[in-house]
Amino acid sequence: MIQHLTSLPVLLPMLAGVILLMPPCGKNKHIRRFSSVALSFITLLASALLLLQVNDTGSTTYAIGDWQAPFGIVLFADPLSTLLVTLTSLLGLVCALYACAGDDQKGSFYHPLLHFLILGVNGAFLTGDAFNLFVFFEVLLIASYSLLMHGGDKHNTRAALQYVIMNLVGSAIFLIALGILYGVLGTLNMADMANKITHLQGDDVFLAKIGGLLLLVVFALKGALLPLHLWLPNTYATAMPVVAALFAIMTKVGVYSMMRVYTLIFGDEAGELSHMAQSWLWWLALATIAMGAIGVLASHDLRKLVANLVIVSVGTLVALVAVQTEEASAAAIFYLVHSTLVTAALFLLADLIGTQRGKVADRITIGRPVTQPILLGGAFIIAAITVIGMPPLSGFIGKVWLLRATFESEHGAIFWVLYLLASLALLVGISKAGSTVFWHHQNKVQDTSEPVKAHKYQISALLIVLLGSPLMVIFAGNMADYAIEAAKQLHNFSGNISVVLGEGK
Amino acid sequence: MEILYASCVGLLVACGVFLILRSRTFPVVLGLTMLSYAVNLFLFASGRLTLNKAAVLGYSAEYADPLPQALVLTAIVIGFAMTAFVVILAIRGRADLGNDHVNGQVPSNNNKGKA
Repeated sequence: MIQHLTSLPVLLPMLAGVILLMPPCGKNKHIRRFSSVALSFITLLASALLLLQVNDTGSTTYAIGDWQAPFGIVLFADPLSTLLVTLTSLLGLVCALYACAGDDQKGSFYHPLLHFLILGVNGAFLTGDAFNLFVFFEVLLIASYSLLMHGGDKHNTRAALQYVIMNLVGSAIFLIALGILYGVLGTLNMADMANKITHLQGDDVFLAKIGGLLLLVVFALKGALLPLHLWLPNTYATAMPVVAALFAIMTKVGVYSMMRVYTLIFGDEAGELSHMAQSWLWWLALATIAMGAIGVLASHDLRKLVANLVIVSVGTLVALVAVQTEEASAAAIFYLVHSTLVTAALFLLADLIGTQRGKVADRITIGRPVTQPILLGGAFIIAAITVIGMPPLSGFIGKVWLLRATFESEHGAIFWVLYLLASLALLVGISKAGSTVFWHHQNKVQDTSEPVKAHKYQISALLIVLLGSPLMVIFAGNMADYAIEAAKQLHNFSGNISVVLGEGK
Repeated sequence: MEILYASCVGLLVACGVFLILRSRTFPVVLGLTMLSYAVNLFLFASGRLTLNKAAVLGYSAEYADPLPQALVLTAIVIGFAMTAFVVILAIRGRADLGNDHVNGQVPSNNNKGKA
């Protein structure tokens, strides 16, 4: 059993999705809700066990069907991927719990789709094979298409159509890139690719470069990097907030793939091709941060505001990926966990605020007061402090760390100026939104619809993601050690290759 | 053979890109389909074009690379499902929005002439 642990975070959500489609889960909503939450808890448990195991014994691989690398497909569990798998499973649990308050009844098959999405994301994090990465991308995309349409209206259809078309073009480019790389390298196992790319000669180098840069386009699309970010605000703002909270991890899949591909395959050892994406990524990331910050200031409703915060966080992460030092990667890992949790919390919060303000919904304008001002206001201020990066919460630690990590890089000064200005813009945008929503009320209440209170499931789900930030401060030492270790292993070229290909045993 | 093959793939990609840039959903879906055909052919060629080689080990002295064939098979299946999905979505969009423009509304061209 224990040697199959690596495959469980991928297998369990798949089984869960299938179980939830079958009777009695398919028929009875109480049984379905209970089993969905229970099954996501089991997935979280398996992921956490894997995390502990990897932490104890180091990176492991799991050859699917016992076909050894580089011929078979391997799952590769290192500290970074297991951390992200655990984060995804936690987010899955939170979103399953939150939706039990009634969001899952607004359309069909919410719970099975949620588990299929988790399957795709976990698979994308764990796989050690480039083509398998494509397959898991498609799995998570098809689940996300359907979730996006869940309980939707007209605007939703439009946003979904554009999102689907964008991603289908992205998939085509992904396949072309893989075709080129396979044609040149003769393998799709990432470690083996990294090994073979060092021996390339002549024109093959340029072909590999084309393939690598096409991959960059794909990951930039998934991660919403500047010229390809236009789909994100609309998509995230029209999706149901609980779905958007779940999508908080999806842009991170793109960022993770960049980390993996451009540190392992096109990393230090790749000769002429090493760090070929760096200069592109750096400037695009800076532009993305600027664009996101402007978007935050310009947003008319809370959901769009949070969607723009996602863009800022992606820009920040990609800038760190572009620096490509161990310290920058460690900061990126810490920041990634922090930003995923806090954006998920903000999306859930935007939903609660929206439902409690009646017709005004989550628009940033004068309306009636929320029903539970202390709970929601308190949660909002914690999330705001975290996401802006003010002390004492986790955003501050992440910010200090990433500023230190970029200090010595080539254009570090520009990053500092831009990032701090963006933080200021975030501070202004979020305080404006918060004060309008919570403090500016109509004297006469025209909206007479029934006041609603947050359901206990919604509150507990919100608290779980919100508590992530204080916990990341209290256990900052352990968390930082873990991030540093994960970054070290990410950059350990020969170590990764020998683990995957089993050399030197 | 390589020239012919490469031009076919190139032509398909060109048609696909042209159609994807159209403003109605039907040409866009056709464009996506063409692009996925091009991608499938391209993947197939990534194992090199050869004549008279068996894909199975032991049936001829030299064998063709079997992996691209597996990749193409996967890509076809996924591409098929995705195309089916986008067709349904386009029909739903047509029903929900009342037109088949990708932006959900046909831009008015009163003063600008034909766009």
